[in-house]
Amino acid sequence: MSLFKTITDKPWERKGIIGGLKPEGAFDAPSEKIALSVFLVVASVVFSLFTVGYFVRMELPDWQPLSEPAQLWFNTGLLIISSVLFQWARNIANSANDKHLTAVFIGGGIFAILFIAGQLVTWDSLQDAGFYMTSNPANAFYYLMTGLHAAHLLGGLWVWSKSSIRLLAGREKSDVKLSIELCTLYWHFLLVVWLVLFAILSNT
Amino acid sequence: MAYVPLADRDHEMEMHHPHSWVEKYVWSQDHKVIAIQYGSIAVFTGIVGLALSLLFRMQLGFPDTATFIDPSFYYQAVTMHGMIMVVYLLTALFLGGFGNYLIPLMCGARDMVFPFMNMLSVWVFLVSVIILMASFFVGGGPTGGGWTLYPPQTNLAGTPGHDMGIVLMLISLGVFIVATTMGGLNYVVTVLQYRCRGLTMMRLPLSVWGIFVATILALFAFPALLVAAIMMLFDILAGTSFFMPAIIESGTPLDHNGGSPVLFQHLFWFFGHPEVYIVALPAFGLVSDVLSVHARKNIFGYRMMVWAIIAIGGLSFIVWAHHMYVSGMHPYFGFFFATTTLIIAVPTALKVYNWVLTLWEGDIRLNAPMYFAIGFIFTFIHGGITGLFLGNVVIDLPLSDTYFVVAHFHMVMGVSPVLVVFAAIYHWYPKMSGRMFHSGMAKLHFWCTFLGTYAIYLPMHYLGFLGVPRRYYALGTTDFIPQSAQDLNTTITIAALFVGASQLLFFINIIWSLRYGPKADPNPWGAASLEWHTPDTPPSHGNWGDSLPTVYRWAYDYSVPGAREDFIAQNTPETEEPTVDEQHFDPDQDKSLADA
Repeated sequence: MSLFKTITDKPWERKGIIGGLKPEGAFDAPSEKIALSVFLVVASVVFSLFTVGYFVRMELPDWQPLSEPAQLWFNTGLLIISSVLFQWARNIANSANDKHLTAVFIGGGIFAILFIAGQLVTWDSLQDAGFYMTSNPANAFYYLMTGLHAAHLLGGLWVWSKSSIRLLAGREKSDVKLSIELCTLYWHFLLVVWLVLFAILSNT
Repeated sequence: MAYVPLADRDHEMEMHHPHSWVEKYVWSQDHKVIAIQYGSIAVFTGIVGLALSLLFRMQLGFPDTATFIDPSFYYQAVTMHGMIMVVYLLTALFLGGFGNYLIPLMCGARDMVFPFMNMLSVWVFLVSVIILMASFFVGGGPTGGGWTLYPPQTNLAGTPGHDMGIVLMLISLGVFIVATTMGGLNYVVTVLQYRCRGLTMMRLPLSVWGIFVATILALFAFPALLVAAIMMLFDILAGTSFFMPAIIESGTPLDHNGGSPVLFQHLFWFFGHPEVYIVALPAFGLVSDVLSVHARKNIFGYRMMVWAIIAIGGLSFIVWAHHMYVSGMHPYFGFFFATTTLIIAVPTALKVYNWVLTLWEGDIRLNAPMYFAIGFIFTFIHGGITGLFLGNVVIDLPLSDTYFVVAHFHMVMGVSPVLVVFAAIYHWYPKMSGRMFHSGMAKLHFWCTFLGTYAIYLPMHYLGFLGVPRRYYALGTTDFIPQSAQDLNTTITIAALFVGASQLLFFINIIWSLRYGPKADPNPWGAASLEWHTPDTPPSHGNWGDSLPTVYRWAYDYSVPGAREDFIAQNTPETEEPTVDEQHFDPDQDKSLADA
């Protein structure tokens, strides 16, 4: 039911049960997925506002662009692999068999951990080269935005670790199916956020 | 993986039954207990905010009488009063308090979708309040940079609380936003997914609509404050220059360079203006229901009320820079923001007309909640109209730094929402406690609050027109401020002390009535919405006994012609609609009985 149709309804005219068991206007998806989707919009607002701040601050005269290290390409590759593995795990979870499910799902998380480790190495190399947080606003934004992105990944890894323990404990696929689906959605979101951030950081 | 209807998931809710006193009242996952916890913490914080306001009013009314109120304390009290009232009292009370209590009951659900996260939300909120209160006890005290926390002012040595005070404030806000997000996700998903059978979105009471849209605003607006708080914390603790410009403090250049204080202002007000509606929209919803029930009429223009709530919510995101006219901006921007600000008056005025038209020819019952609801219409019109003045750039510039602005925003988002808070507490108190409050005392409380707040804020408009500046610890002797302005300030302070003291009537009434009030009827006001039709009063854990309700109609079937009672409950089937036996139905006799 479209939003327009919903809000043009005349409730004083219609009596009786509308919508049967499912209340009219409810989404055909589990509540957890709806909540995650709303949260992703909230997280998008956070990243968008940092980006707006970045562009506004960039216009001021003391801004010195930071040339991002080439290692970020490698890190990006790790995050893409992580996302692909989560998608693979989701496909397995939705299929009839569950071959390799545990390995693929855990692998997805491990590549995300490698991505965070890669980001830390990049931070370290920038520090060694004298690009400190306080020396220029471009550096400060770099550390802040990459740090915030990594913090979101850490939050996802907490859920991933709980689901991994359940998988390793031999729980039924149905018990972790929703978790896998939500992790996959979250990882794809964070990949897109990273690609946008990377594009902005690299091109400014 | 698809949606599973609430009715089919009923058994899952049993998992959260409390097994001990601690689980029932402390680590409770019951939305009603959480609502009362949220409300109690918010009200406690609000009492601190109220006490602070009385202290700084002492300085304004009786300068230098209370020697401990020095300039630093004055600014700290003003700052903490503002932030506490806007964020920690009103936001928490409307969303965490009323949202938690009413959404599941009005949606016919047993609880929120995620009860554990709901419990986490209230405890994280408590942590944020503890951090905020801790700033009173650290070296330098709480921040005194004004509730808007503008850098660089807030972070400079001349400002009280520039060291730990502001840090604790920013951390507290960050923690508060985490709590609000956890609560907000719950409220939104519960409204969308956990409505009972037959309850369409357009059958929801306006209270739910107001809280629902306000929650969406909170979810999208608070991130701006979070982003500003994080960047400012880095400026203070790590020495970055996001907001801090090159500046010389006491003859010494600081390490900061090139930051943009105006960027902070944009971020702050991108949160700050929707925040006004995060407080106002739930108040609009709640007052609509109180007016309708006590006027025994369906709310006038239900659909328009919903549209207005949505329109106001959307528009609230494109008016923020009207708080920044004095910061300077391109005239076209000023024109744009003045236009959007004035446009938002259209749906808002529409709501006011509809409230008044709901009262028109209604069978008005002047119960205590109705006093407060009607009082709200007065104060809101008053505050709204002065908002139209200030929305214009040319009028705002001379008035912006005067008491006119203080009077405006206290009328529109101080007094008005607080009157709704009282209306709503008195209205739902019988359901929440199972007891009736003392009606006479509640009405006395209304008159003291309503007339008292007018005695405070009406003269303040006058002070503003005279050009008396706000934010000043002492006015001193100036040519353009006559002695009569000082006398007016004294009068305002006396009125403020009176209003502050008269709130004891409220607390004594609701606490005394909890134990000694007469037992309440399950539906003493004859309301049609679902929360009044629970099997138990107060509703027990799980709300609905053995089976969930089914909804057959909207929430405003009052004074339906031919019906036996002057309301038809939402869960009354059409076929069982209680009607007067037509053979014996005599409209004239019915009217004379009603008159009698």
